[in-house]
Amino acid sequence: MTDLDVTADVLVAGGGPAGAWAAIKAAEAGADVVLVDKGYLGTSGATAAAGTGVWYVDPDPAAREEAMASREALGGYLAARSWMARVLDQTYANMNELAEVSRYPFPVGDDGRQIRRGLQGPEYMRRMRIRARRSGVRVLDHSPITELLVDAEGAVAGAAGYRRQHDRSYGVRAGAVVLATGGCAFLSKALGCDVNTGDGALFAAETGAELSGMEFSNAYAIAPEFTSVTKTAFYSYATFYHADGSVLEGAGSTRGRSVIARTLLSERVFCRLDQAGEEIRQAMRLAQPNFFLPFDRQGIDPFAELFPVTLLAEGTVRGTGGIRLTGYDCATSVPGLYAAGDAATREPICGGFTGGGSHNAAWAMSSGTWAGQAAARHARTLGPRAARRAVTGAGGAGLRPTGAGRAGHREIVEAVQAEVLPYEKNYLRHGDRLAPALASLDETWTRARQALRADGPDVVRARSAAAMAAHARWMYASALARTESRGMHKREDYPGSDPAQHHRLSCGGLDEVWVAPETGRPLAVAS
Amino acid sequence: MIEIVARDRCIACDKCIQVCPTDVFERGDDGVPLIARQGDCQTCFMCEAYCPVDALYVAPVAHPLPEPPDVTELAERGLLGGYRAQIGWGYGRTPGARRAIGPVLPAASQVIIS
Ligand SMILES: Cc1cc2nc3c(=O)[nH]c(=O)nc-3n(C[C@H](O)[C@H](O)[C@H](O)COP(=O)(O)OP(=O)(O)OC[C@H]3O[C@@H](n4cnc5c(N)ncnc54)[C@H](O)[C@@H]3O)c2cc1C
Ligand code: SF4
Ligand code: SF4
Repeated sequence: MTDLDVTADVLVAGGGPAGAWAAIKAAEAGADVVLVDKGYLGTSGATAAAGTGVWYVDPDPAAREEAMASREALGGYLAARSWMARVLDQTYANMNELAEVSRYPFPVGDDGRQIRRGLQGPEYMRRMRIRARRSGVRVLDHSPITELLVDAEGAVAGAAGYRRQHDRSYGVRAGAVVLATGGCAFLSKALGCDVNTGDGALFAAETGAELSGMEFSNAYAIAPEFTSVTKTAFYSYATFYHADGSVLEGAGSTRGRSVIARTLLSERVFCRLDQAGEEIRQAMRLAQPNFFLPFDRQGIDPFAELFPVTLLAEGTVRGTGGIRLTGYDCATSVPGLYAAGDAATREPICGGFTGGGSHNAAWAMSSGTWAGQAAARHARTLGPRAARRAVTGAGGAGLRPTGAGRAGHREIVEAVQAEVLPYEKNYLRHGDRLAPALASLDETWTRARQALRADGPDVVRARSAAAMAAHARWMYASALARTESRGMHKREDYPGSDPAQHHRLSCGGLDEVWVAPETGRPLAVAS
Repeated sequence: MIEIVARDRCIACDKCIQVCPTDVFERGDDGVPLIARQGDCQTCFMCEAYCPVDALYVAPVAHPLPEPPDVTELAERGLLGGYRAQIGWGYGRTPGARRAIGPVLPAASQVIIS
């Protein structure tokens, strides 16, 4: 079938935190595990480059209650307490393992206790790689999967991919597959996110899996103009300005971010971190050294000088939409297929809003743990016959064109970006702009499906382009279907929230995209 | 974007070729990596963090510079491998993670951003 065939009980696609935890926990449950990454387990993905605050809350009932209540309104009451409680428990356990098993060097507070609420990306993911290797996980770096393999009954039975640094294709047959390929940031060059092109969601949908919450996919992060550093926490010390030095009223890093977006449509926006005192400045440097790279390297003093800022799309990386899960085991609606981290919908704990600030990291490690454990159980029930199943590749667009002609991946990527990156289409949403954007994306999809073809390493790029096109269509189809404002999805033509739409939206489909209210899933909290 | 592989420092250890998430480097004939696909660089600074001899420099802008910066000047400013030093990797350094106690953010922003 391919140049290199491997068998395993569990295949994990993606080596960010979600995939790393999935692989380690599947191995600890007795499975033979292969982890493959598009880049490198340890440096690839949003966490490794960025670092994360973590939703680590002591198991004190009052503290936990406060933690769960803190964002329910922001998320439009689409999250579920039962999931939040489980994620808080699992995250607490995993962070403690990081300290005790991986010896992560947490800082120590005045009370002599370690402070376990944040992780520096390079340090965290380097240690996750070491632990995965020690657990017996076989790792293939620079080996993106390009499609899933399914058996005669339609169950997922492995994946095919391409080894970029060896210039050859490969296949893995497995009893179960965990998709932990991250979200989709549409190649916006947001920090660490160019590997995140939504591949997992496309591959899952090609086997019939559903998505959820795709309207909550328009996260935009502040960065100094022309840079990649989308670290936004410290902009809470910022004042934003017009070019003439007058204050941009209403602009802020949290609720005032849309003011920045609207202003950027017609003029540049400037910023100065003038609300941080000397002590705070020192602490900022220690906490997030990468935040200062653009300033130090360009000779800018961000506390004293005005510098121009931009907003970069982070799509479903810091949005919440993704592959729909059917239960706490992070199974999808397709047998043998599990999803974790940004690849899965984060609505169970965030509803329609995340942005950042620790829930995403907690979700990645918790859902990764559960998906890995469940995948190991599933593989065990199949036993050795798993590897003997006859399999076929489920991939379509970019792999098996249905028509004549030749479209290149660049053309598809540019067409998608033209619809999803502009603030006036994706951030400042209005039906009059969403509908034509979706129509144009439908055309792009049709072109990709018929004519996008590639050979060798370009197959990876073609599949990423197709995944971005699919992602964009689920995103706008869901955004048009939700005729209200809820969570991060704000419609200028429907500014209020509508109690009749207090439910999640599922979606799916490739040539024909569908959106429908999720049914039979009562939400724990009523609005 | 990645701008500099300092040839006189590089020990041809392949580390940057392995760790770059977007596969920007190619091994040159003499073992020193070439910046083969600069356009794919996502300005994530990871190669700089991993280079054991501070031979790499990632410029902070997400497009190629008109002229590559001057290596001697970068070295003088402590910028060659500067990110590696800041995260406390390398012999004799304290891991940055150990010292990472951030400021307490204003209450309004604490819960929703990062
Ligand atoms: C700048 C920034 C700051 C952030 N700060 C915070 C914060 O403070 N707190 C917080 O909770 N969250 C934060 N987040 C979000 C958080 O980083 C993500 O939610 C988290 O990284 C998700 O983990 P993941 O493992 O699902 O995905 P990722 O870490 O993105 O990893 C995905 C992996 O999948 C691989 N991959 C992709 N496609 C394929 C393929 N086809 N085959 C094989 N492998 C593939 C990629 O190479 C990558 O290694 C931040 C994000 C950004 C961008
Ligand atoms: S900055 Fe990141 S993407 Fe660019 S060359 Fe270095 S490791 Fe690769
Ligand atoms: S990591 Fe540094 S020393 Fe090693 S090959 Fe790359 S540039 Fe050379």
